[in-house]
Amino acid sequence: MNMRTPLRRTTAPAAVTAALTAALVPAVSGCGTSGTDASGNGAAARQLSGTVRVDGSSTVAPLTSAAAQLFQGENPGVRVTVGTSGTGGGFEKFCAGETDISDASRPIEDDEKRACADNDITYQQLRIANDGLSVVVNKDNDFAKCLTVEQLRRIWEPGSDIKNWNQVDPDFPDEELELFGPGTDSGTFDYFTETINGEEGASRTDYSPSEDDNVVVQGIAGSRGGMGYFGLSYYEENKDELNVVKIDGGDGCVEPTAQTVQNGTYKPLSRPLFIYPKASSMAKPEVEAFVDYYVENNAEIAEKALFVPLNPQQNTQLKDDLQRLKEQQGS
Amino acid sequence: MGSGLLDEDTAAALPEGRRLEGRGVPWRERLFQLGLWASLAVGVVFLASLLVYVVVEAWPRLDLRILTHFPDIIDPSNAGAQSAVMGTIWVIAFTALYCLPTGILTAIYLEEYADPHRWYNRVVEINIQNLAAVPSIVYGILGLGIIARGMGFGQTVLTASLTLSLLVLPTVIIAAREAIRAVPQSIREASLALGATRWQTIRRQVLPAAVPGMATGSILALSRAIGEAAPLLLLGGLAFITFNPSGLDSPFTVLPIQIFNWISQSRAEFISLASAAIVVLLVILLAMNSLAIWLRNHYSHRW
Repeated sequence: MNMRTPLRRTTAPAAVTAALTAALVPAVSGCGTSGTDASGNGAAARQLSGTVRVDGSSTVAPLTSAAAQLFQGENPGVRVTVGTSGTGGGFEKFCAGETDISDASRPIEDDEKRACADNDITYQQLRIANDGLSVVVNKDNDFAKCLTVEQLRRIWEPGSDIKNWNQVDPDFPDEELELFGPGTDSGTFDYFTETINGEEGASRTDYSPSEDDNVVVQGIAGSRGGMGYFGLSYYEENKDELNVVKIDGGDGCVEPTAQTVQNGTYKPLSRPLFIYPKASSMAKPEVEAFVDYYVENNAEIAEKALFVPLNPQQNTQLKDDLQRLKEQQGS
Repeated sequence: MGSGLLDEDTAAALPEGRRLEGRGVPWRERLFQLGLWASLAVGVVFLASLLVYVVVEAWPRLDLRILTHFPDIIDPSNAGAQSAVMGTIWVIAFTALYCLPTGILTAIYLEEYADPHRWYNRVVEINIQNLAAVPSIVYGILGLGIIARGMGFGQTVLTASLTLSLLVLPTVIIAAREAIRAVPQSIREASLALGATRWQTIRRQVLPAAVPGMATGSILALSRAIGEAAPLLLLGGLAFITFNPSGLDSPFTVLPIQIFNWISQSRAEFISLASAAIVVLLVILLAMNSLAIWLRNHYSHRW
């Protein structure tokens, strides 16, 4: 366990040689790898080296980056790279054999499956966390308890001329609507615009954008008619300052909570997040150790990266899927 | 010295020069001058406000941590940009290694050997000038398609520096040609007349005289390459990397990509970090440009 002390860069030349060797001859350090000692703790005790290449969704990137950071803290010899080419761009590289793991905020599509099959790339889908967005309003707002997806779309669609709450619903009082939201670079913005407005990046532009969710919180807390959206974990941190809006996705009003996000009843602003490890890469001890670590510590990683962790049932599913991945590798 | 003397002579010949200048400036000229100042102000004010804004934003994080720490997605106060700074240095060093010899040799051929009346030399020339105007993202596509995938180099320091070399090569060639062309023809003729061969003339007369101009142009071209994010984003967009490059086959990140990555984070601390990284990038650029100016002033030749 004394390996865990972060003596990160002290032995640079040694690490360089080790990394180079491992890149060229991945089998070198893998003499006694397969079998029993591959699970989490055993992996940290062995001096692993090599590179794990991950690419894909920009939403999942913070999660995988957190996993990579924690993993590298325990395995300073391994280098994990996390790219953000987007889910589609990630699968393109993954199916071309350029990456070991693909991050995805949606399941793999048929044409992507075909591309992978053409290159004999087999993989296993692992649901690693849940993502949920919350729509929030001012603490004094006692009328907007629940909004339909249609109402949200009318408020946020490009060119929307809704400036007052009574335009959203005639029963709402005459209260000026002041909108706050994330900046256009964020994954939250992409996700919200895609699910609500039907096209990624399509949004009205006359709102106060901020890359800093704290600014959004302050803005809504300070404006009676304020409204905005961000990740669910951010609402939970600021519960006392804001009210959350229930969303009617067709089956009645549902409040966003860890449970409703986990079981998918909070629609459509919740989704599962996936990683797709390549079966053949799992033969490399560093990739196997990283995936093991990721799966083992998924709850802690999700929490640190501000996502909604898996529920026990999904956790069991994840362990089963990981087992299936390892069996694939054997065949 | 000669030109200074001449100036004094001219000044002496026109004792009323000052009064001529001051006598009733026509309004058109005043307007023109005003226009000149206004245009100047656009650039200067914009640059100044940009600098002030970035430094103010970066202030909370403008300390050594930006250089000594690695990116940290969980705890922003523990984060730095060392892997990006080292990545930038690696990539630019190899870019210089590939593009400077190629660019300068091409320029020597085009200026000293090529017959400008031959159609193929003209085609090469037009091509180079057009290449200088191609958007950098196109070089990214080229690098991804041919160097990373076709040649199988992957998303490595090697691919990035080769791609950036192609990107700045036209600029280097054009700058080097200008520098060679600035060497007076009489120097070459004198050298040839004394019995030197063409190679000796180029080696001993033209090149030494042209080096300051070439160096200045090349450094400015490399400065452009340092700030490029678009082609490298396309080459992999490797955003979260917590280690320094260890060789040509190593994955990497560079400052512009690290800045891009931090800007899209949702916590204010990361935005300060992005600004701090911008300051680091600006300091590197400023240092390189100062070196270019110093080289020009210190070594430039006057005939």
